[in-house]
Amino acid sequence: MEPITALLATMVLPLLAFVLCLLTPNRHNIRDGGTFIIAVLLFGCVLNVLYHFNNETPVAYEAVTFQAGLSIAFSVEPLGMVFALVASSLWIATHVYGIGYMRGNKEQKHARFFACFAFAIFATMGIAFSANLLTLFLFYELLTISTYPLVAHKENDAAKKGARTYLGILMGTSIAFLLTAVVWTYAIAGNLDFKLGGLFEPTLSPMFTAVLLAFFAFGIGKAALMPFHRWLPAAMVAPTPVSALLHAVAVVKAGVFSMLKVGVYVFGIDNLSSTGASDWLMWLAAFSILAASFVAMAQDNLKRRLAYSTVGQLSYITLGVALATSMGVIGGGLHIVTHAFGKITLFMCAGAIYVATHKTNISEMRGLGRAMPFTFIAFGIGSLSIIGLPPFAGSWSKWMLLVAAADTQQIIIIGVLLLSSILNVAYLVPIFARGFFSPASGTGSKALNANVPWREKIAEAPLLVVVPPCITALGCIVLFFYADVIVEFIAPIATVPSVETTNG
Amino acid sequence: MERIFDAEFALGHMNYWLFVILMMTGLYIVVARGNLLKKIVGLNLFQVAVFMLYISMGKIAGGTAPILIDNPDQLYSNPLPHVLILTAIVVGVATTSLGLALIVRINETYGTIEEDEVLEIDHQMYAAEVAEMNKNKPVKTDAA
Amino acid sequence: MLSFFSAHSPLLAIVIPLLAAPLCMVFGNKSVAFVISFLAAAASFALSVFMLLWVKDGTVLSYHIGGWAPPLGIEYRVDTANAFVLSIVSAIGMLALSYARTSITTEINEKHHTLFYACFIMCFTGLMGVTITGDAFNIFVFLEISSLSTYTLVALGAEKDKRALSAAYDYLILGTIGATFFVIGLGFIYMATGTLNLHDLSQRLPEISDSRTVRAGFALIVIGMGLKVAIYPLHRWLPGAYTYSPSAVSVFLAATATKVALYVIIRFMFSVYSKDFAFEAITFQYVILPLALIAMFAAAFVAAYQINIKRMLAYSSVSQIGYMLLGLSILNVEGVSGAFVHMFNHAITKGALFMAIGAIVFRTGSALLPNMAGLGKQMPWTSAAIVVGGLSLIGIPGTAGFVSKWVLMSAAFEREWWPIALLIVASSLIAVVYIWRVVEVLYLQAPAKESVVQEAPLSLLVPTWILIIATIVFGLYADFAISISTTAAEYIMQGGFGGKEVIILGVEGR
Repeated sequence: MEPITALLATMVLPLLAFVLCLLTPNRHNIRDGGTFIIAVLLFGCVLNVLYHFNNETPVAYEAVTFQAGLSIAFSVEPLGMVFALVASSLWIATHVYGIGYMRGNKEQKHARFFACFAFAIFATMGIAFSANLLTLFLFYELLTISTYPLVAHKENDAAKKGARTYLGILMGTSIAFLLTAVVWTYAIAGNLDFKLGGLFEPTLSPMFTAVLLAFFAFGIGKAALMPFHRWLPAAMVAPTPVSALLHAVAVVKAGVFSMLKVGVYVFGIDNLSSTGASDWLMWLAAFSILAASFVAMAQDNLKRRLAYSTVGQLSYITLGVALATSMGVIGGGLHIVTHAFGKITLFMCAGAIYVATHKTNISEMRGLGRAMPFTFIAFGIGSLSIIGLPPFAGSWSKWMLLVAAADTQQIIIIGVLLLSSILNVAYLVPIFARGFFSPASGTGSKALNANVPWREKIAEAPLLVVVPPCITALGCIVLFFYADVIVEFIAPIATVPSVETTNG
Repeated sequence: MERIFDAEFALGHMNYWLFVILMMTGLYIVVARGNLLKKIVGLNLFQVAVFMLYISMGKIAGGTAPILIDNPDQLYSNPLPHVLILTAIVVGVATTSLGLALIVRINETYGTIEEDEVLEIDHQMYAAEVAEMNKNKPVKTDAA
Repeated sequence: MLSFFSAHSPLLAIVIPLLAAPLCMVFGNKSVAFVISFLAAAASFALSVFMLLWVKDGTVLSYHIGGWAPPLGIEYRVDTANAFVLSIVSAIGMLALSYARTSITTEINEKHHTLFYACFIMCFTGLMGVTITGDAFNIFVFLEISSLSTYTLVALGAEKDKRALSAAYDYLILGTIGATFFVIGLGFIYMATGTLNLHDLSQRLPEISDSRTVRAGFALIVIGMGLKVAIYPLHRWLPGAYTYSPSAVSVFLAATATKVALYVIIRFMFSVYSKDFAFEAITFQYVILPLALIAMFAAAFVAAYQINIKRMLAYSSVSQIGYMLLGLSILNVEGVSGAFVHMFNHAITKGALFMAIGAIVFRTGSALLPNMAGLGKQMPWTSAAIVVGGLSLIGIPGTAGFVSKWVLMSAAFEREWWPIALLIVASSLIAVVYIWRVVEVLYLQAPAKESVVQEAPLSLLVPTWILIIATIVFGLYADFAISISTTAAEYIMQGGFGGKEVIILGVEGR
């Protein structure tokens, strides 16, 4: 397949799935099976794009001329490639999981659910391969809109309220700040194409750079930087596959990915570090990390705890950008991948627990690990990866961020990162530790009865719900050994500009 | 520097002052009267004042009607404003008749041509809509 | 040698619909009347597009009526700016007519259908005439043609809701006052210059721009037309007229009437008068700009509290007119072209939205918000149209509304008026509120148990979706609207009618 064809196919395929889902509202097997095939094909296409990828001759495609000198255009670059790989591979897992969850939980309106899901993936692919800020913004908004019905899926008052917060914050920040930032950038730089080293002249004043960066940082509400993080816990009313999509694959990652792109391709990390314009962002991100971790500890609802954990973890990536060193950016890019695999595992496990037992509070999950060993083992692996312990993937990205902080002599940031890891331990480990080691809270539980053979003690959720988290948990381990491949792959984005500056 | 008051200017434009007074009388009636019919009367006064403004604009002292005769030095009034106003009068008549037709219809359906009462009925209809919306609310929460 | 049609295209674009109106009455049959009026609108549309393609590079067509050369004779003058507006008006008029055939069956007594088509095509003629003519008094005449037929059209809504009558009456009083003010203004500048030809006026006014008569004329023209545009405090007639008129009329009025009046204001402010006149700059800075900002916020807030969706959209129109005036107040080419772009984008967006609401009214009989509960399932296509149209109103990228916001904000940044840019986005946030109220009711509320509502018939859906697709297409291929608007703005801002090349038409016929 030609690389351009493959690139376009990555966007056409999810749209096909979208149409397929709308056309088959009642034929569940055809719809779910067809979408699964499309998901696999999509992953194949992304791999195909990757196969053809090289830094010298980037694949680019201009779709529509928006205005003279400005168009809706796509191109392939390392960060986007990685993001697309993560999203397309996890779509397969989430889709399988979603089928199991929706059927196991007897949810309504499958067609709308999977259609919006596919459309969200379409928007994600658009974000990943966007060649300029305009395209990024277009797909960013499409993603917000397409995920709104997913959040409001249950259609009760709680869902409506959550969805309203979700839409209000995401659309509000993006229109109020991101749009302003984009137009402002266009007014100053005269174009919006992503370019290594940044769009702006280096003569731009630091104060101004800081203000513009603020518009971007707060405008990308999907990165959940405090104080615009409220939508994330609010979106917890959604069914769990949506939470997995929202909080691990598409939405939040689109946010931090945009943040990385803006840092690397609009401002240029050299500009950021030389002007010090991102210092305030660094402190805000550090504050977000700690504050979110503390809040997470106080949550009893499992999904809410995970949501606040996500707020904190996303700020790691923002921090990576704000540190404005190559190591920071690479660490941030890697953290997108590792956190995606870790957090999706955790959410899927939370959903599996809900499907099997209808329990949502952590305090009710004591001893559940014995009944649901696979789920809880997967949960443990995911947790450890998030915490950053070897041999799990998360350890690499956190390590690189630590090194980046050390490079820039930010002692306090190092302290924050270490403290945050301890807090991660404090709010994640007890969940699965109690699951295995505490006595069950319920009475008459089969699990405690020594006479029951072990096979019957197990009361796992349906297979389709349990297998995907196990696979992604496995992914956490595998990624630990292959992290260097990703690092090498995205390294050019952090090194090329410095070469340019030494030349010039 | 423009002078605040200039007697010569004021007296020299006597005709305009009269039109302004007539015009404002008409406008005042439109705004202040509650009877829809009287509003139309006011509107007519207002328009007629404007017509007269135009007509006097084209009038030249001592000029005759602009009819082509043998004497090329004959002083004549500017015909263009007059012609324009002919059109405007037609428009004004059309507006008046349409306004009167509307008043007839309003009288048929509302049973009154007093603005206050018409507005009162409009507000009652709006209040009924709001009440219906609030009545529907508990039904909505039941269904949810 | 130009063919007959191209040589007389400016005149034919007006005369064909003008003759169609009496023809409708002569035949007196509603089907024939529909065919005649639709064909006339379509012919007018074809001619407008033809002229737009002809003049889009900045050429000017000057058509001398009856072969009399201006300034003595009446001139139709087509340049990029008004060819663009002509195309918008005729396109929307054509679609609204095709939509009307079905929509009026539930709204207007059958014996009035012929009259309806006659009035509609008359109103269409008036709006086209206002736009195309190069003679100031002609503007007044056509304006009254369109206004008088509009009052009738609005009043035709009375069979469904009697408030249409009081709305039409209010509109008649205010509209006539506005038009009369406009005439007084014309009288003043005629007194000062002795001409009524717009091009001629623009040549003569700069010399006497200090004259009090000229200034008073400006004020009267702006206020008079401002009433028709519904500049913020002069908008009182608009919500009632849009709310209670028949759906097809709402579509046509919302999409075109205020735009045409705004075009006249632009023409007078930038071509006849010049932005270089000191009093005009002051007017913009201290009057138009604040009023535009107030409109953007106050009207949007009011919209958020309406329970009648047509009324909500009407207030939203007032707020959107604020955007266009804001674009003018920026007083640079980008700003004026932003106003033109928004004129176009808002016309297709609002047209589509009113059509979709009209389809709901057609099926459920009411435009009240609570009646729309659960329609997302029962009328999926109509509801989807409302969502897309609503997104365009908010200004989500990929829709036409975004393009306007983009151009307007660029214009504000161009002048380094970044607080204005922030206010533009802030006002879009209110649009999110009022649009999302509707979306929530459509999709997230359970329908009343007994209600069985069918999807709207194709004859309503097709025109709606033509406009919705146009919203998306012109949201992506923004280059079309932006480049035409920029050319239009450049020529209009050159303080006159200076075109690249003036082609004189209509003289050979003599």
